[in-house]
Amino acid sequence: MKAKSNVDALLPIKIGLIGGIVAVSIALEGMIQAFSTRDIVSGVISMGHMLLLITLFASSYIAISRSGASQPARVLFAGALSGVVSSSLMAVLLWTGNFLPLGGMFVNATSQLYALLTFKQGVMTGSLFMLILGLVMGASSALVYLLPGRVRQSALGALALVVALGVLQELVTVTSSTFDALTPVIKFLYATNGLSTAGAITIFVAIAGISYLWSQRGTQIQSGINRLPPTSQRALRWTSILVGIAILLLLPKILGLYLSEVLDNVGLYMLMGLGLNIVVGFAGLLDLGYVAFFAIGAYTVGVLTSPELGRAIITDSWWLALPFAIAVAVLAGVLLGIPVLRMRGDYLAIVTLGFGEIIRIMVGSDFLRSILGGSQGVLLIAKPEVGPIKIINPPEFYYLFLGGCLLVIFISVRVKNSRLGRAWMAMREDEDVAQAMGINLVATKLLAFGLGASFGGLAGAMFASKLGSVYPASFNFLVSVNVLSLIIIGGMGSIPGVVVGALALVGLPELLREFAEFRFVVYGAALVVMMLTRPEGLVPEARRQIELEEFREVGKAPPGADAVVLKTLGQP
Amino acid sequence: MFLIGGSILALVIVGSAATLMGGKYSGAQWFDLVVFGVALGSIYALIALGYTMVYGILRMINFAHSEVFMSGPFTAYFLADAWGKSGFLEENPVLGLLVIFALAMTISLVVAVLLERIAYRPLRFAPRLVPLITAIGASFFLQYFFRGLYGPNIKPYPEIAVLKQYLRFGDLRIQYVQILVIVAAALMMAGLQLIVQRTRVGKAMRAVAEDKQTAALMGIDVDNIIVITFMIGGALAGAAGVLYALMFRQVSFIMGFIPGIKAFTAAVLGGIGNIPGAMVGGLFLGVIESLGPSLFLDGLGIPAPQQLKDAIAFTLLVLVLIFRPSGILGEKLAEKKA
Repeated sequence: MKAKSNVDALLPIKIGLIGGIVAVSIALEGMIQAFSTRDIVSGVISMGHMLLLITLFASSYIAISRSGASQPARVLFAGALSGVVSSSLMAVLLWTGNFLPLGGMFVNATSQLYALLTFKQGVMTGSLFMLILGLVMGASSALVYLLPGRVRQSALGALALVVALGVLQELVTVTSSTFDALTPVIKFLYATNGLSTAGAITIFVAIAGISYLWSQRGTQIQSGINRLPPTSQRALRWTSILVGIAILLLLPKILGLYLSEVLDNVGLYMLMGLGLNIVVGFAGLLDLGYVAFFAIGAYTVGVLTSPELGRAIITDSWWLALPFAIAVAVLAGVLLGIPVLRMRGDYLAIVTLGFGEIIRIMVGSDFLRSILGGSQGVLLIAKPEVGPIKIINPPEFYYLFLGGCLLVIFISVRVKNSRLGRAWMAMREDEDVAQAMGINLVATKLLAFGLGASFGGLAGAMFASKLGSVYPASFNFLVSVNVLSLIIIGGMGSIPGVVVGALALVGLPELLREFAEFRFVVYGAALVVMMLTRPEGLVPEARRQIELEEFREVGKAPPGADAVVLKTLGQP
Repeated sequence: MFLIGGSILALVIVGSAATLMGGKYSGAQWFDLVVFGVALGSIYALIALGYTMVYGILRMINFAHSEVFMSGPFTAYFLADAWGKSGFLEENPVLGLLVIFALAMTISLVVAVLLERIAYRPLRFAPRLVPLITAIGASFFLQYFFRGLYGPNIKPYPEIAVLKQYLRFGDLRIQYVQILVIVAAALMMAGLQLIVQRTRVGKAMRAVAEDKQTAALMGIDVDNIIVITFMIGGALAGAAGVLYALMFRQVSFIMGFIPGIKAFTAAVLGGIGNIPGAMVGGLFLGVIESLGPSLFLDGLGIPAPQQLKDAIAFTLLVLVLIFRPSGILGEKLAEKKA
């Protein structure tokens, strides 16, 4: 690194160009426009502009840290240069858009976009503004880089929280509206659209202060807890678990109808994620057709309980149909498992994808219409009952999903630490060695497929009764991709990872409705970036975390993603 | 296992026999279907070449290849549309089409190379699952990125009057667009075969596919050869995309998904890593898919058999992978277990 510390302009320019391309793409994808109506700080900055600023800031920051500069002047130079290069690409976009009818090709290159990017100042002043903006963001990233580590962390953390609170205004206000005492606080913090200026500053200062203090005292408090006698430690743990359960039980009351619906979806995907996690995360078998089991569960319940299909109802109880749904899904899982047992990983992916598509085409075809309802689907599916209570609305379904998730999490945890779980992981690491150690590959793989499919079937059964109807269109490939993304981003093989992944990938897009349009671009990019930089996921599985920490302690980490990938995944 | 295979085979034979006895379709109709199948199959073959070459060298499925296929013609649509409206394409169909092909092939080539550089190269030595997931992510990213750029609507490719006419031999007829597709695909495949078998670059490609380390020791720039492979695969996919757009006259961000899986099936069918295999596999799949619904599904009395056309291809894929995973012509490369 030292040899490079001469004023090296090439790297900041290169990274600045990449940042600029990202910024232009964000603009042409329509993200800035879509998010421009949502203010983070009311009347000061919208989320659309924030996206642009974050891109400029992040690319300059990366340019600085990659250049390895340490003297203030050089840091400032690298940051400012990279920021200006990025923003000059944006200026190029503005000028091109001014002279060429880009809108004919790029649907989002509208006058509204230009107005947003030039702050309604026309192309001349606007592009000048843009350059200054790049300079300012580059310089401020340099300043942040020069701050001492602890201050920097607190400041960035507080800033992130301000952005999050601004974006999630609806969630915060709805949640707090159940507690009357909080009303004045909320009134102070929020304007009608986004945070109020005073509120934003208050939050920033308060959180930065607290997190700075915590970073000094946090370890002390932690070790204080560790020094407590074991009995009170256990008591502390149980209390926090009980509080957690109480909050989980009260959530629908606090959140109201719409947010309960969101939670239901999160629960649904969590169930599927936990199922796919067994197949992909534990056993290392990449399954791209997981939606098939979901569809099978849903259709089994539909066919068994719906009076629509012109024959006598087989049963009108959801609970009676449920075991059948799970059994049929398991059967399908095992049947799919048998032929693909000897297949290589990548063939497995494509065969399971094909299997998912076959199921979808079959249920939608006229061929099986008399049994499965064809493209019109199955209607009037039974709702579950618990004693005298009929579960109909989202808040009631929430408890069903909560129960399902807790049960499935319990099973996952127990299985993971069992002999079977260890066999799966051994198989994931190296099939040949696992076999040599006496693991029966056939039985182990089939159990993974079967158990994974059973969770999918359960999710499907719940989905069918929640909607009351099933259509073939609900079971497309995107569901599989969604589930796969959430377990990979959460952390393959990690059960808390699935929970985090489901909240982030299913919960967030529903709270930010403008985001729905971009979710697959973002998921795709997130998968690639995740694999390149952090293949173990957001909440890594303990085993991999330990490996990673050992690797960091050795301190031989060469820069660059590939080395990290090799090391964390245990390859030579 | 063989029970399942045997019963499927029996169903196909019974179904075909029933249709042929029934005489529902005339000879000319069968001819139409076969020609359509060959044209479709040549497109599959062109895409399959990209899968097979990359697999041969990197031992990975380039899932995003279907998006490489989509990106070229989707971008070239704007040029084709402008020329279609101004009448330029009607007056100079040859020149116009050549430029459209060149543009689409360039765009696809660039996308393929960027894909390799950004997403695949850093992960070349990672365990198999990692690049595979990256490829799936890249595929989705590209699909929805182009959707964001050009919009979600299906766009109609301009109609060229010459291509709509038929070449007739008595009862039989072939549409000119189908001739164009078949001839263009055949030319490109012949060109590829020439490059791979007769040039230094081709020799280097074969060497890298055989053994990367030894090839590097022989003075071959492996990175460079991989980039060239992606370039060739990308250009072929872009050309295939324009042919597809001319035949079906529509483009959209999702257009690559199904042809992509079909082409992968074709590559596996012919034996992955095997270049002539991909061509044979593509043609075979195209003809089966075109004839299948009318030939054996109709005979079995299944209503609306065309709906199940895609299911035939997927079932074929599953069956091939179970019974003959090395494909019709066999894998050219010794399988190295990952």
